[in-house]
Amino acid sequence: MNDAIWFRLPPAPSSVPHRPPTAEAPSVSATIDGRAVEAPAGATILDACRDAGIDVPTLCYLETLTPVNACRVCVVEVEGARVLAPACSRKLEPGMVIRTRSPRVDLSRKLVLELLASSVDLSTAPTLVPMMREYQADPGRFAKAVGSGLSSASSAAPSVSVASVLQPAKVDNDLYMRDYSKCVLCYKCVEACGTDAQHTFAIAAAGRGFDAHISTEFDVVLPESACVYCGNCIAVCPTGALMAKHEYDLRQAGEWKPEAQSVTDTTCPYCGVGCTLTVHVQDQRIVKVTSPLESEVTHGNLCVKGRFGFEYVNKTG
Amino acid sequence: MVFGMGGGTSSYQEIEETDCILLWGSNARETHPIFFHHLLKGLKRGARMFAIDPRRTSSAEWADVWAGLDVGTDIPLANAVGREIIAAGLVNHDFVTHATEGFDAYRASVEPWTLERAASVTGVPAAVIRQMAHEYATAKRAMLCWTLGITEHHHAVDNVLALINLALLTGHVGRWGSGINPLRGQNNVQGGGDMGALPDRLPGFQHVENDEVRQKFERVWGATIPPKRGWHLSGMFDAMERGELRAVYVIGENPIQSEADQHRAARLMGGLDFLIVQDLFITDTAELADVVFPAAAGAFESDGTVTSSERRVQRCRRTIDPPGEAREDLAIIFDLARALGHDWGQPDAEAVWNELRSLSPVHAGMSYARLDEHRGLRWPCYDESHPGEAFLHARLWERPIKGPRAPFHPVDHTEPADALSDEYPIRLTTGRRLAEYNTGVQTGAYASPTRRGETLDLSPEDAKHYGIDAGDLVRVVSRRGEVMAPAFIDPALRPGLAFMTFHFPEQVQTNQLTIDATDPRSGTAEFKATAIRIEKAPAAAATT
Repeated sequence: MNDAIWFRLPPAPSSVPHRPPTAEAPSVSATIDGRAVEAPAGATILDACRDAGIDVPTLCYLETLTPVNACRVCVVEVEGARVLAPACSRKLEPGMVIRTRSPRVDLSRKLVLELLASSVDLSTAPTLVPMMREYQADPGRFAKAVGSGLSSASSAAPSVSVASVLQPAKVDNDLYMRDYSKCVLCYKCVEACGTDAQHTFAIAAAGRGFDAHISTEFDVVLPESACVYCGNCIAVCPTGALMAKHEYDLRQAGEWKPEAQSVTDTTCPYCGVGCTLTVHVQDQRIVKVTSPLESEVTHGNLCVKGRFGFEYVNKTG
Repeated sequence: MVFGMGGGTSSYQEIEETDCILLWGSNARETHPIFFHHLLKGLKRGARMFAIDPRRTSSAEWADVWAGLDVGTDIPLANAVGREIIAAGLVNHDFVTHATEGFDAYRASVEPWTLERAASVTGVPAAVIRQMAHEYATAKRAMLCWTLGITEHHHAVDNVLALINLALLTGHVGRWGSGINPLRGQNNVQGGGDMGALPDRLPGFQHVENDEVRQKFERVWGATIPPKRGWHLSGMFDAMERGELRAVYVIGENPIQSEADQHRAARLMGGLDFLIVQDLFITDTAELADVVFPAAAGAFESDGTVTSSERRVQRCRRTIDPPGEAREDLAIIFDLARALGHDWGQPDAEAVWNELRSLSPVHAGMSYARLDEHRGLRWPCYDESHPGEAFLHARLWERPIKGPRAPFHPVDHTEPADALSDEYPIRLTTGRRLAEYNTGVQTGAYASPTRRGETLDLSPEDAKHYGIDAGDLVRVVSRRGEVMAPAFIDPALRPGLAFMTFHFPEQVQTNQLTIDATDPRSGTAEFKATAIRIEKAPAAAATT
């Protein structure tokens, strides 16, 4: 071996190595809610709103996923346009004049939320509750709610005349379960399982109209599907339709107490990638593991060992 | 270590922005799944990928080209790639002249490795070797990543050097998106080495045989440090054999199940005068111990840091209290020191870390506060205003070069130690599965729906040849031992190649088969190349 190198640390480079600069995107100017905003070309209306500190509600959107425009909760009014534009995917264009709140926008958001809540059990979708309040959504306008999300009567039987997606929860393995009574078809799970993260392609949207649903191939049970149990679908599900079995069991037993849980970040004990684990602890037992969306290493994703492999610590004796 | 610091050169983000990926001896799709997410982003952006692996793994399924080489022929393949790059005039002469030394000797050493000769030795078609050479050399940015398929061989260090030679030849190191990266198999393999858990290093890769370095540590530690390097793990077993090593303190390992040639490992550990084991569970190794210290789980019940494959130092935090009498490693070690007459005060992970920062220049800037703020920092990080280096060895591109040149290391082929023969005609290689980890001490506790237990994985051709069906019990015999395992037919295997894991020692003790032929420089045994024969077990045996 070369002794000079072997026995002494090499010198530091003269400057800190960094990513080569990319050509800066030209800036786009527009007006949002009467305020002049600037954003780099390619930015969406939602990006520009968030930069400007303007709140736009989203449901099917996630920073780490490709926008699919499924939910229409984020629509905004673009002056001169015939229809409302989804802020999550519509690019900001020079000179656009945008209103994020207007009677038309509010009515549209209210309608979307009412239609969802009239047919879907939103009892474990906490982010939707304030949203429904904000837009005074009343699912009862369309049908007796299955579980309006405003009440905790999630298991109330639907009246016979109500179209709903109510169905038994699918519990077909020990790691996670699927309750499609709670599915709003946001497609986030399909994207996380597919080309936006995991590339396993175990699930996709199947059926049409009211029969549209998320399904494994030929609707087989998970152990017969391509699923590798990374649980990255659970991580992005906004309504609790996908849930770790551990959490589901505790909820069923009435023992799930988020207010009594501590949440601490640590680093995964398994391979050398170094994924951040956010560990949820209740009564000195690990009850859930997630990963922060903003982690440069994971972007919120984990593998089966990271997400579910903590049981050895709960083991006693 | 050719470059003076042992670590992957690149950040994960760079594989998203590279143009050509050689994934060599690594099934990262299953063994490093979240790293593979970054790699997939690179493929989506248009990067080309070559998977070099005897098995057509789930990682190889994502590659543009699979180079299915015979086990243990990595050096002939790498040397042929090097020769082709030279012969085709694709050497980055500017970089080679400016930043390396020993090119002429390297060129002479690879000269015999023509495409045809390499094809006959490795089993990889000449056209594939040629294509790999041309694409790697001409890519604007290129990454070489490897795992234990490179390092679990008796010539592990030569394997790594053969790959590094390719990076030097093409200038694919020291730049954004170009680098050489060993993917670490455990959450703190990198950190363990960084912290001096190497026989020849003090923390921060500072050589123990460098007087100046040693004296610096001695001043702070108030103790004399032996001036000569110690033993690697395999060297320790040899020292036990010679009777020179009589007492061992094992922290968080299960060597009698994870070491190659398990019979020997158990005999030597069992024959020690004194054995301390510190672990979460009573492992088989702990069963042999004179004293067992029940330990807290590092990731969930302790405070400290670990370092990842991209050199990122990250915090581990106590999320729950350890059960019963179990305590943090640090507390146990402090108490042990006190019992030996040294009072180190109260155990405090941050204080220990700050002492390390005062001694290791590459960690100096990483305060706990900064690690929290940035979700970890990559070394080297020289001071508290330093952001950490995304990629290493940028100095090689400075004009004039800063510091010493990077040397080529000519290496040549040696066959695996456990030779195939008429009696042992099948090559057994071992590795991991996605949902499992090492000897299953941790993963055994969760209910993985994909767990199928230990199997002997065979190619469809071999299964047919031996009249073995899926699920049949098979007797697997090597020169060191034999085990029984059910057969699993895997079309990812080529004829003559079999695969087992070591995840289920309670079912099948795979490491009774493996050989402890070891590279004296790395201390890693040749888990990847065992010669076996297989026999379908008689039906009667199958019921016992």
